[in-house]
Amino acid sequence: MAKRVTAETLSRRQREISVSEFFAKNRHLLGFDSLRKALLTTVKEAVDNSLDACEEAGILPEIRVELEAAEGDNRYLVRVTDNGPGIVEAQAPRIFGQLLYGSKFHSLKQSRGQQGIGISAAAMYGQLTTGKPVSVVSRTGPGSPAYAMQVVIDTNTNRPKAVGKKKLAEWRLDHGTRVELELEAQYVKGRQSVEEFLHQVAVANPHATLHYRSPHGEETHYARGVQSNPAPPREIKPHPHGVELGVLMKMLQSTEHATISRCLSRDFSRVSPQMAVGLARRAGIDPKARPGTVVRKAVDKLYQALNDAATRIRPPSTDCLSPIGVQELLAGLTRGIRAEFYGVETRRPAVYRGNPFQVEVGLAWGGDLRADDLARVLRFANRVPLQYLAGSCCITKAVMDVSWRNYGLTQSRGALPTGPLIVLVHLASVWVPFSSESKVAVADYDEIRKEIKLAVQTCGRRLGRYVKRKARARSEARRREVFNLYIEEIVHSVEGITGREQKLFRDRLLAMSRRKTELAGMLEEQNASADELEASDNVVVVDPNAAPPVPDRAPAAVAQSGDVKPGETAPAEPAEAAESVRPPLPVEAERDPGPQMELL
Amino acid sequence: MAKSGSGAGPKTRSDGAAIEPERLRFPARLDAKAKIEHLAKKTIAMARREVDPYVDIPSRTLSNVTFSKRRKIIEMGDATQRRTLFNLNQARKYMQTLLVARGCSQLLDEQKTTSIRDLYYMSKHTLADGRENTFEGQEESDPIIEDLEVTLGALREELHLFAAKRGSAVGPLTLVDAGDVIDLSRMGSGGWSVPGIVEPGTIRFVGHGARFILLVEKEAVWARLNEDKFWRRHNCILVTGQGQPSRGVRRLLYRMVDELKLPLYVFVDNDPWGYYIHSVVKQGSIGLAFESKRMAVPRARFIGLSSFDPGNYDLSEDVSIRLNDQDRSRAREILNYEWFKAKPWQKEIRNMLRSGVKWELEALSSKGISFVTEEFLPRKIADRDWI
Repeated sequence: MAKRVTAETLSRRQREISVSEFFAKNRHLLGFDSLRKALLTTVKEAVDNSLDACEEAGILPEIRVELEAAEGDNRYLVRVTDNGPGIVEAQAPRIFGQLLYGSKFHSLKQSRGQQGIGISAAAMYGQLTTGKPVSVVSRTGPGSPAYAMQVVIDTNTNRPKAVGKKKLAEWRLDHGTRVELELEAQYVKGRQSVEEFLHQVAVANPHATLHYRSPHGEETHYARGVQSNPAPPREIKPHPHGVELGVLMKMLQSTEHATISRCLSRDFSRVSPQMAVGLARRAGIDPKARPGTVVRKAVDKLYQALNDAATRIRPPSTDCLSPIGVQELLAGLTRGIRAEFYGVETRRPAVYRGNPFQVEVGLAWGGDLRADDLARVLRFANRVPLQYLAGSCCITKAVMDVSWRNYGLTQSRGALPTGPLIVLVHLASVWVPFSSESKVAVADYDEIRKEIKLAVQTCGRRLGRYVKRKARARSEARRREVFNLYIEEIVHSVEGITGREQKLFRDRLLAMSRRKTELAGMLEEQNASADELEASDNVVVVDPNAAPPVPDRAPAAVAQSGDVKPGETAPAEPAEAAESVRPPLPVEAERDPGPQMELL
Repeated sequence: MAKSGSGAGPKTRSDGAAIEPERLRFPARLDAKAKIEHLAKKTIAMARREVDPYVDIPSRTLSNVTFSKRRKIIEMGDATQRRTLFNLNQARKYMQTLLVARGCSQLLDEQKTTSIRDLYYMSKHTLADGRENTFEGQEESDPIIEDLEVTLGALREELHLFAAKRGSAVGPLTLVDAGDVIDLSRMGSGGWSVPGIVEPGTIRFVGHGARFILLVEKEAVWARLNEDKFWRRHNCILVTGQGQPSRGVRRLLYRMVDELKLPLYVFVDNDPWGYYIHSVVKQGSIGLAFESKRMAVPRARFIGLSSFDPGNYDLSEDVSIRLNDQDRSRAREILNYEWFKAKPWQKEIRNMLRSGVKWELEALSSKGISFVTEEFLPRKIADRDWI
């Protein structure tokens, strides 16, 4: 019989689990479960942070990502440099060295990061696998010098420690941040690679200039496609319909307001003072009661009152969202994807569980895309590309829900359509419902799926019109071909009957054939739907024959001034590096110098 | 360019709608060669006037035939279908129509006749794009030939074409076939085979000792009658069409009836298809209604097998065949044809439908090998038992 253990003995074994320890054992939750994924996640977290920081500070982002093979097997150095606002020196250790530290978790506002785990998790992963701490260089403005430091994480206490702090006499950037960390990783190309991730970032963030150097020294550049940052998203208070019971209790405990009615009307959106009083009464609570004193049972009732359909609470305001925008999305698509037809649709904001969200869809069809492949779905949440678990993602499911056959594509049951097609779906929300902590797939909410489907259908109809028109033009050409073929036989027959050459007869018939088929073409052109298609702001059509060949990668030095309109293509430049390997999708030449910076 | 100064393009009415070009006709006084040349000239003229080239083809459908009560034949109506070049659904057939015209023109120029199968080979070749043939099979060229016949109002024979020959004849008749004198009473067991073209230029009747003509559907029954020398005993000309008689056989029957002034009796299976063989010989067919007046023999008599014969002659039910759905629907169909409206025919067909069975000519052999020669036909003729 086993010896009985006392509670006291047990209590000696019970201790706080440090978040870092937890991470070390549950790295898959945060996207570090494989060597390949670790590299991608690290780059993704750093780039997300850079873009968020630039946009918040109103700076047009320019980001450089460099990968280098480090000494040892499967060791890589990741270096990400941005021109953002920089980080105050005192904050740097906590940002890079403490999990769950950040500015975004506590606010309801559309941003890339949400939880304050990302970059510090990457730093911890690097430290755990290589023993080397993350290095940071940052500068907040020309008035102050840049500093450098390394951040070591104490995995027992979840406390960061800055080492080797020094001021730099000189740094190339007036403001910005550089993060550098070494980690155990595996570098791959193709699907789910760093290249592909950056390419998709470029498509969804046309206002950002991106530079990339692969471990083999290949350079890729994405020049800015639009010259302004997206409108900064506004922070909103939680909407009663999106609040869970626990959160509600916590909010009541920690509110700064003295009465329950004030707390309801001030801490939530769309709750008026009268409505707050009514809600409290319905829950059997005195509206003047102190929020902290409300008993659990009463909170339960209050929660029910909040979610009661009879309580008519207006949907949350949606100006907190920052969609990419029609013109911006077109700019992103045309700079990233060599296609023939581009169509974009932005839905009006909608609400799921009290959280505002908005869906944008872009289609790219034809051109260099392969006709016999399944269509590709590029998924974005708050401008961040989603790379894994495509099959279980709400976005993929919504795209498969659409009957693509209506738009002239082939589609097997329960599958994506086949054709030279890329479907881009962007979901913007103050709180994106990811299906897991590693934020790779969107959970399946009916409201979201429906909005995505509607947007895809609108784009699809435009594509269908274009595809059908093209097919008609082709059949017109075939028609003429058939007539001309038969005309030869007819002329030959008539010549045989009359015993004379009938050159004039032949010329006349051929001229008629030309006119007949041209006339049909013209009538087609006058078709109202065709005009509507051309006139639409949501569509760009690139004449496949007019587009010049674009090199796989263009040198960074190419600089052209002036605005770039979507659909324009830069003149061809010779590819610089002959050893280049084609990136996952073709890249266009750099067209915009922007404020020239040296991020090297 | 049009002289009128109306400019290029088809003429239009004031409301902008194109005027339907007039019907393309071929004057009857022209011979076949002149008609084909007329077609070519008109086509050139259409191109000059910038009219979408066309031909007007008389419709060969039930809706475009009428039964002339006075002449007792099926006649073709006036409806035509326009076939144009610049219509993707018609372009190929339009092209083929001119190819066939050119083939016939060549035959006429060279004074040769050939089979419709030969014409198919003459006109078949691969188009310039290498993907398509002018004709993909004889079944594509045969209807075009008939189209051209009706369009030009010129018979197949006038275009120097003939179908594969089918049918035989024996009897007390002497004729000249392509210069050879032939005595049809000395043709042995096989008989004289009826050529595809039996026009006066090829076939001429010299003399005969016949009292009537008997057309037999089944070749086997014809052979039995020939072997038993039925034609000698009854002084008749014995003809078989081996099923539905060919145009050559029908034209020959017409000429014999017309020129030798002989009555014609038709001896066919007792089923809807047998009735219709008789009907085609008597009134003409829907598809070749334009030739009825040269081929139909309104005075032809249906001598059997009648649906009443098995009862009258005590045939065993064992040799009957049950009517199938197709037989029944075809029977109901011909009941509605204008030329089957006569009372005896309605009685005859309804009796067959009521009995639920059909009978082949060979069923008569169940009563004895020469029953048909020695008892059945002599009694039918003696009783004047026919329709």
